[in-house]
Amino acid sequence: MLLTITATHTPASDIGYLFHKHPDKLQSFEMSFGHAHVFYPSVTENACVVCLLLDVDPVAIVRGKADSEGLLAQYVNDRPYVASSFLSVAISQVFQSALNGKSTERPELAATQIPLVAEIDVLPVRGGVRFLHAVFEPLGYTVEARRAPLDPLFPEWGESNYFSVTISRICTLADLLTHLYVLMPVFDNSKHYYVGDDEVEKLLVRGDGWLATHPLRDEITKRYLRHQRSLYREALARLMSDEPEQAEDSSQSEDAQSERALSLNEERLGTVLAALRASGASRVLDLGCGEGKLLRLLLKDRQFETIVGVDVSSRSLEIASERLKLDRLSPTQMERITLLHGSLMYRDQRLEGFDAAAIVEVIEHLDPPRLEAFERVVFNFARPKTVVLTTPNREYNVTWENVGAESLRHSDHRFEWTRDQFQTWADMIVKRFGYRVRFLPVGPVDPALGSPTQMAIFERD
Amino acid sequence: MLIKIPKLSVVVLIGPSGSGKSTFARTHFAPTEILSSDFCRGLVSDDETSQAATGDAFDVLHFIVAKRLAGGRLTVIDATNVQPESRKTWVELGRKYHCLPVALVLNLPERVCIERNAARDDRNIGPHVIHNQMSQLRRGLRGLAKEGFRHIYVLNTPEEVAELTIERVPLWNDRRDETGPFDIIGDVHGCCDELEDLLTQLGYEVVANLPGAPGLASGPVYAHPAGRKAVFVGDLVDRGPRVLDTVRLVRNMIMHGSALCVPGNHDVKLARKLRGKNTQIKHGLAQSMAEIDAIPAEIRPEFSRELADFLDGLVSHYVLDGGNLVVAHAGMKEEMQGRGSGAVREFALYGETTGETDEFGLPERLKWAETYRGNAMVVYGHTPVPVPEWLNRTVNVDTGCVFGGALTAMRYPEREFVSVPARTTYCEPSRPFLSPELAISAQHANDQTLDIDDVRGKRSIPTRYWSRVTIREENAAAALEAMSRFAVDPRWLIYLPPTMSPCATSREPGLLEHPTEAFGYYRGEGVPRVICEEKHMGSRAVVMICRDEAVARSRFGVTTGESGCVYTRTGRRFFNDESLEIAFLDRVRTSLNATNFWDELQTDWVCLDCELMPWSAKAQELLRRQYAAVGAAGSAALPAVVARLQLAANRLTDGELAKITTLAAQFESRAANLQRFVKSYRHYCWPVNSIDDLKLAPFHILATEGHVHVNRDHLWHMETLRRVCEADPALLRATSYRIVDLTDAESEVQGTAWWTELTSRGGEGMVVKPLSFLHRGRCGLSQPAVKCRGPEYLRIIYGPDYTLDANLERLRSRGLGRKRALAMSEFALGLEALERFVQREPLRRIHECVFGVLALESEPIDPRL
Repeated sequence: MLLTITATHTPASDIGYLFHKHPDKLQSFEMSFGHAHVFYPSVTENACVVCLLLDVDPVAIVRGKADSEGLLAQYVNDRPYVASSFLSVAISQVFQSALNGKSTERPELAATQIPLVAEIDVLPVRGGVRFLHAVFEPLGYTVEARRAPLDPLFPEWGESNYFSVTISRICTLADLLTHLYVLMPVFDNSKHYYVGDDEVEKLLVRGDGWLATHPLRDEITKRYLRHQRSLYREALARLMSDEPEQAEDSSQSEDAQSERALSLNEERLGTVLAALRASGASRVLDLGCGEGKLLRLLLKDRQFETIVGVDVSSRSLEIASERLKLDRLSPTQMERITLLHGSLMYRDQRLEGFDAAAIVEVIEHLDPPRLEAFERVVFNFARPKTVVLTTPNREYNVTWENVGAESLRHSDHRFEWTRDQFQTWADMIVKRFGYRVRFLPVGPVDPALGSPTQMAIFERD
Repeated sequence: MLIKIPKLSVVVLIGPSGSGKSTFARTHFAPTEILSSDFCRGLVSDDETSQAATGDAFDVLHFIVAKRLAGGRLTVIDATNVQPESRKTWVELGRKYHCLPVALVLNLPERVCIERNAARDDRNIGPHVIHNQMSQLRRGLRGLAKEGFRHIYVLNTPEEVAELTIERVPLWNDRRDETGPFDIIGDVHGCCDELEDLLTQLGYEVVANLPGAPGLASGPVYAHPAGRKAVFVGDLVDRGPRVLDTVRLVRNMIMHGSALCVPGNHDVKLARKLRGKNTQIKHGLAQSMAEIDAIPAEIRPEFSRELADFLDGLVSHYVLDGGNLVVAHAGMKEEMQGRGSGAVREFALYGETTGETDEFGLPERLKWAETYRGNAMVVYGHTPVPVPEWLNRTVNVDTGCVFGGALTAMRYPEREFVSVPARTTYCEPSRPFLSPELAISAQHANDQTLDIDDVRGKRSIPTRYWSRVTIREENAAAALEAMSRFAVDPRWLIYLPPTMSPCATSREPGLLEHPTEAFGYYRGEGVPRVICEEKHMGSRAVVMICRDEAVARSRFGVTTGESGCVYTRTGRRFFNDESLEIAFLDRVRTSLNATNFWDELQTDWVCLDCELMPWSAKAQELLRRQYAAVGAAGSAALPAVVARLQLAANRLTDGELAKITTLAAQFESRAANLQRFVKSYRHYCWPVNSIDDLKLAPFHILATEGHVHVNRDHLWHMETLRRVCEADPALLRATSYRIVDLTDAESEVQGTAWWTELTSRGGEGMVVKPLSFLHRGRCGLSQPAVKCRGPEYLRIIYGPDYTLDANLERLRSRGLGRKRALAMSEFALGLEALERFVQREPLRRIHECVFGVLALESEPIDPRL
């Protein structure tokens, strides 16, 4: 909410011309989110301090937005206190000429590199202090940051994501302002208030010439795009308000893992496909089809005459439908595939009478006490001739340093089984429901730990 | 001429063109009952005479007839129907939907038809066509009965047609006007001693003794002084020691009007034997035949005929009490109830079998009751069971008396069972039925799987305390995901709490909510006294708790070893740590034990509505992400702002100084507000290291065995719970409360003062409720509760600076209408779920309501209300 810029230059009073704001005045500007004020706490012979203060109206940013902004439209909101996209908007409006490097009175000073220090109170940073340094240092800034505690009375809640940040560099004022203008919304990595899609583009235009060579270019642009429009269904979001957000700060490790995860995922789908082909099935179910990766493979194979994808998340089904371009399939292709919103906790007659079902990485998302319902729904009622089921092998987790022996692979996993546990469970299914079972490893097999994914193929006569 | 046709029938008009079928139909039937092929020709082709449209027209006709018959509507087919193959369709449809086919034949002189046709200007049918149709008709007349028509009427002259009157008679099985009360008695199989004992125990008395032994019409006549009626589920005969006495007794009661009886398969088989049909003497028929053989030879033929007539005259099943009760020997599917066809009779006698036999050589049965969804209660017998067990509103009352079990009656509408044990085992069952008690009841076993069709799509749920509640399809879809991914086992989930509306917005300076509006609302609803309960700031928790694990098994069908469950307002398990939940439930149970709660309420389980503190225990993530985060950001940013503004103030002069001083003051006050905000949320946070750090404040005893406690006032709830809480003050917190008399200004002032005191100490505020649990106001039910929150608490709802005048003014415009409507729907659904549970309805019926509450919670509504 407060940007303080200290410029060292003699005569310091000239700096006022660059900002185009009189040092002996408090100047206020009306903004879409409230007001912005410019004032000078200090002007000495050699240094000039300018403050840009955002006065965010906490009621105005919420009212009239409740329906469209969902949970983010809270009165209890950090926006009035932080440097966010609002600060970018204020820089571009209040310091327009300085941002453009123009000054009618002191054009040569505008083009001169001078020692500049910018203090930002406070900057919400997702990704930690490391990310802060990684963004500013390639641009030539020295960075100091002080992290605020979440609540000093409750140290067990940990640190906050808020930093008082000081960056310094010898450069033109326009460069400093441009960097701040583009980068402020990036740190936050949350939804940008009052920044429409076109404004995001305008912001990125300012990155011309320097963003392209920035080592974190991809991460910076990704953060812009990620929150342009949250499509998550509102009604569901309201029900899940007490669900922890996906783990923060995981992006770095994610990148390191992604290649391996990708290949395991593909191998898993390939193995499932092989098992379904081997079963001779022509009517197949993909139970927990998610965004439709397996469905896409099934569609390509004429063996599968009827394909039904089922998922409990209507949002996932929307994405699957878009990815598979269901509305643009030929009529014969369209006849082959159906997406159903359904749940494996309920008996569903629409799922009866199929040759085979794939249940890929699904059961570990069920609470153990609810597994029994799942078993009945699938093996007693839907009762496909073949069931191809995969789940993580917990033993393998130790080989991954970001998971380890103690934790699970995903925050929504309710359990992960060892090979023994999985096989015991499968044997129980065999006994109770009259199936046969065989097991297949998926992924690289460690002699002691097995494969990362375990697969069971259940068959009945 | 008067003809009688069954109320539920498919009436097939048969007659050539020009025989006057349409006119005839219009005279005797309602326009919507008549479906004409010509009309359907018009529907599909815009031309009622188009012969090219015949195929499509008959498809449409067939479709509509099927829908009507499925819905139990008498339907008249207005088409020539002169060929057997065209009539076959309708007979088959009638059979499919168990509606009796009736043939009404207009066999008028050919001349009449030709004349009439010639007089018509809308169609042109040659005399040869009519001649052909006429001869086809006449050729087919003889075969109508064979085709399957149960009623055939042929009208030969225009005069006969003109004079005809049609009377619709109810089916034999339709006894909806008999409302009981009834005593429905299971398979007797000649166990007349036990039957006499049972009747006596049920209060029946011998009102006459008929002479004429050993004839059928002899022996005692039983009747109930209060007019109750016995209903026998059949199988009076075979196997037992006094077969004929049993038949005599039942026959006498029927004649006297004190009993009804449906036939069992044994009764029918005996009748067939008596009529000389080839019948194997198996399954106890020998006992019946031996008794008949003992009748003196000179009266035996007469006796046998009478007996066979009696047994054959029994009606397959009865629909009683306005359709609420169905009695049949082997049960009755919903779509067959009150219908008449051979299939209905077969089902009534034998149930549904797979056609295969089991290890004991008995037919393997399809369990129709498992999928039964009808509204009528079905009472049946046929297959002996150790004890009568409810399953989806059906109950089998054959407790195998002749096999050494008992003779059982179910009292209706009381739903009580009265049994007389067998004096001895008269016959060894071929399949042991007195098997050791099952792990869980048949209903619980059936409830292990819920069906998606019971929750999916748009739904409309009737509630007994309010109106129907409609659930929108998209909300049901959202709830399906939430329920599937996060909710506890549905067997524990017999209730979800409703949302609660705040009181109307206050105009008092500096306040958004004040008790005046809460009191005013209830006074306006005609409530004389309200209860003000301290509002705890934690997380809503529903505590389901059984006396022990065995109760969880027997009453809830939970076999995991759990003996209770604590869940949140969205049905999630409250504690992620299983051992913590067990320890927590044990503590609560200990207090219930210590205060004699179970015996006092005559229950072994209870559903408590509670608040569980601290807030930080469950809302940790929300606190970290939102509340503490805002506090952290503000605490870090605001002092820097104030300091810089002060520095600038030191430099500025005159008007600029004044401006910056004002701005500095504003930010100083924001800094102060932020500190108040932080203080406010900290009130509701403390670390939890052991159970004693948790505080549970129960405030409603929602339900116990047999009761949903809506008839008890809140004082009872508060006081009963206070005693429980006092047993364990370290964990349990009694809720403090005040009663306010809304017709006494002084009382109201005291109530307000109490609220002021509570909130100034950092309390969230209070909840105001009518003293009675349910209050009917000017237009139906009043809000069950409204909350009135304190000004400091509201900072964590409306933000640190909400108290600034400019902000307050804007915040005051908030609409409560939708919130209140939602609160009402959810309240009604929650109670409906509990009522259905205590009445031991199938789980799907309870789940439907609870699912509805969750779906409604996904409605977009201002989350700050």
